[in-house]
Amino acid sequence: MEFVQNFPFICIILSMFSAIVSFILPGKAAKYLHIGMVTAVLVLSAGTLAYVAGTGESYTFMMGQFPAPWGNEIRVGVLEALMAVIFCIIMLLSVFGGIAHVEREIQRSRKNLFYILLDLLLASLLALIYTNDLFTAYVFIEINTIAACGLIIVKKEARTYVSAIRYMVMSLVGSGLFLIGLSLLYGITGHLLMTPAKEALEKIIAQGTYHVPLVVIMVLVVIGLGIKSGMYLFHTWIPDTYGYTTPTCSAILSSLVSKSYIFLMIKIFFRVVGFDSIISSHLVNIIFVLGLIGMIMGSVAAIKENDIRRMTAFSSVAQIGYIYMGIGLGTTAGVVAALFHIIVHGITKSQLFISIAGLSDVSDGKQDFHSLKGAGFRCKIAGAAYTAASLSMVGMPFFSGFVSKYLFASSAMTAGSGRLIAAWIVLGVSTILNTVYFMRTVITIYTPVDEEMRKVHGISPSKTEQAAMAAMILLNVVVGVASTPIIRALESGLAMFG
Amino acid sequence: MDVIINMLRNHYQDIAAVFLFVIGMTNLLLQQNLIKKIIGLDIMDSAIYLFLASKGYIAGRTAPIVVDGITDVERYINPIPAGLVLTGIVVSVSVSALMMALTICLYREYHTLNLDEIMMKIRKEED
Repeated sequence: MEFVQNFPFICIILSMFSAIVSFILPGKAAKYLHIGMVTAVLVLSAGTLAYVAGTGESYTFMMGQFPAPWGNEIRVGVLEALMAVIFCIIMLLSVFGGIAHVEREIQRSRKNLFYILLDLLLASLLALIYTNDLFTAYVFIEINTIAACGLIIVKKEARTYVSAIRYMVMSLVGSGLFLIGLSLLYGITGHLLMTPAKEALEKIIAQGTYHVPLVVIMVLVVIGLGIKSGMYLFHTWIPDTYGYTTPTCSAILSSLVSKSYIFLMIKIFFRVVGFDSIISSHLVNIIFVLGLIGMIMGSVAAIKENDIRRMTAFSSVAQIGYIYMGIGLGTTAGVVAALFHIIVHGITKSQLFISIAGLSDVSDGKQDFHSLKGAGFRCKIAGAAYTAASLSMVGMPFFSGFVSKYLFASSAMTAGSGRLIAAWIVLGVSTILNTVYFMRTVITIYTPVDEEMRKVHGISPSKTEQAAMAAMILLNVVVGVASTPIIRALESGLAMFG
Repeated sequence: MDVIINMLRNHYQDIAAVFLFVIGMTNLLLQQNLIKKIIGLDIMDSAIYLFLASKGYIAGRTAPIVVDGITDVERYINPIPAGLVLTGIVVSVSVSALMMALTICLYREYHTLNLDEIMMKIRKEED
C-alpha cells in the first residue's frame, strides 16, 4: 500500500483531533489551528485527488486491516477526493469571509467552541464523503446534525434557539427514517458495508424476492436524507436555519451540510441499491417531480420575501430542487449535472451569504430591501461579490451557474421526451423567477443614492473578509470558465462508483 | 384470519416497533410542548432499537462468547445488531441531551415550553 492511500483517513482523524485539542486552547489558538487544519486537509485531499486521478481507479482503505465483510472501510475515488477538495475550499473561504463577525458576535470565552464545532463538522463531512459503511454514515450524519445545530445557536440569541429546535426536529425525523431503512437493509442483506450489501442485493433482485421491503428501504432512505437536505415538501426548516445565525454558519450550512446528505444519497443509489433498481421502482419520478416543484415554489417564496437573507435561504430550496431534478432524470448525465450543481451551488451560495453580511453591515446591520438601497456603493467588494453570485445563480455565461444550467438542459435530452419537455419548461420558468428576485436585489443595492447615503453606516468588512469575497468571485469565474476538467472528473468518478 | 393471527404471532415485535415508531414520530412532529417532543423522539429511537434487537435475536441461541469449547455457528447469534443498538443508544442520548439543553435555553428566554406561544412572542417582538 502506498503512503498516499492513508491521506483520507488522516484527514478525518486530523479534523477530529483538532476538535479535541481545541477544548483546552484559547479562542485565538483554536482559530489558527482550525485554519491550519483545513489547509492541511485541503493539501492532503488534493494529493489524494492527484493520486486517484493518476491511477484511474478507486481503492478501499481497511480500518484495522480486517477484510471486507467484517471490518470498517473507507473508499476513495475521483469523485470523493474532488468533493473533499471543493468542500475544504468552500469551508476555508466561508471562515475567512465571516471571521470579523465571529470576533464580534461570539463571546470571547466561547470562541474555541465555535471552532470545535467547525472541526467536527469537517470531520463528519469528510467521513460522509469517504465512508463505505452504512452505519458509520448514520453515526456521522448525527455528528453532522449536532455540529450544525451548535453552529445555529452559536450567537446565543433567543431567535436562533427556535431555529435550532425546528432544525433538530426535522433532522431527527430524517435520521430516524434513515436508520430504520438501514436496519431493514441489514435485515435482508446481512451486510452494512456498501460493496457486499450491493452483491447481496443483486442476488435478491435476481431472485425476485423481498420486492416490497426493498422499495420501503429506498423510500425511507430518500425521504430521510431528503428531509435533512431540504428537498421540497420537507424544506420548512431552511429559511429559519439560514436566516439568523452568523454569516459563516449560514454559508457552511447551506453550501456544505445539506450537500453532504445529497452526496450520500447518490452514493447509496449507485453503491448499494443500484441506480437501475431506483429507476425501475419509479422512485426517480417522485424525486424528479419534487425537484421540479421545488424549483418553482422555492423561487416564488423567495420573491415574496422582504428580508435578503431569508430570500437567499428560499433560493436554496429552489437550487436543491435543481439538484434533485438532475438526479430524477434517471440518467448518468443527469447525475453528473446534479453533482456539478452541488459544487456550483456550494460555491455560489456561500458567496451570497458572505456578501450579504458585508452589505448589511454597512447598512446599520439591517437586512430589509429598503435599508439596503445603495449598499453596493457603501461596500464595493461586497456589492461586486453579490452581483457576481446573482449572475451565476441566474445562469450568466462565464459564471459557474451557466455551466450547470447548460448541463441540466443537455442531460435532459438523454431522459426521454416527457422529462425533456417538463425539465426544459420548468428550467426556463425557474430561470425567469431567479432573475426576478436576484436582479431586483442587485438593482436595489445599486440604486443611486445621495452622498450622505454613500458613506458607510455601521462597520465595514475587515480586510480578510474582503479578500475572501474577492477570492470567491475568482473561484466562481474559474469554475465557470474551466469547467471541462471538473466535469470529466465527475464523469470518471461516477463510473468508478458502479 | 389464520394468516393474520400467524403474522401477529410471528412478527409481533416488528409490528410493535412500527407502531412505536409512528407514535414517536407523530409526537415529535405534532406536539407543541417541547418536553413531549423530546419524549416522542426517545420513543421513536427506542422503536428502532427494539426492531434491531428483535431481528438480531434467535430463540435458543446465546451470545457468541466461547466458554465451553462449542464453536458451532448454529449455537450463537450475530452480535452486530446488539452492537448497533448500543451505538445507536449513545447517539440518541447525546441528541436528547442537546434537545433538552435547547429547551432550557428557550424556557429561560420565553418562560414557556409551548412552541406556538414562543412563535407568537417572536412575531410580537418583530412587529
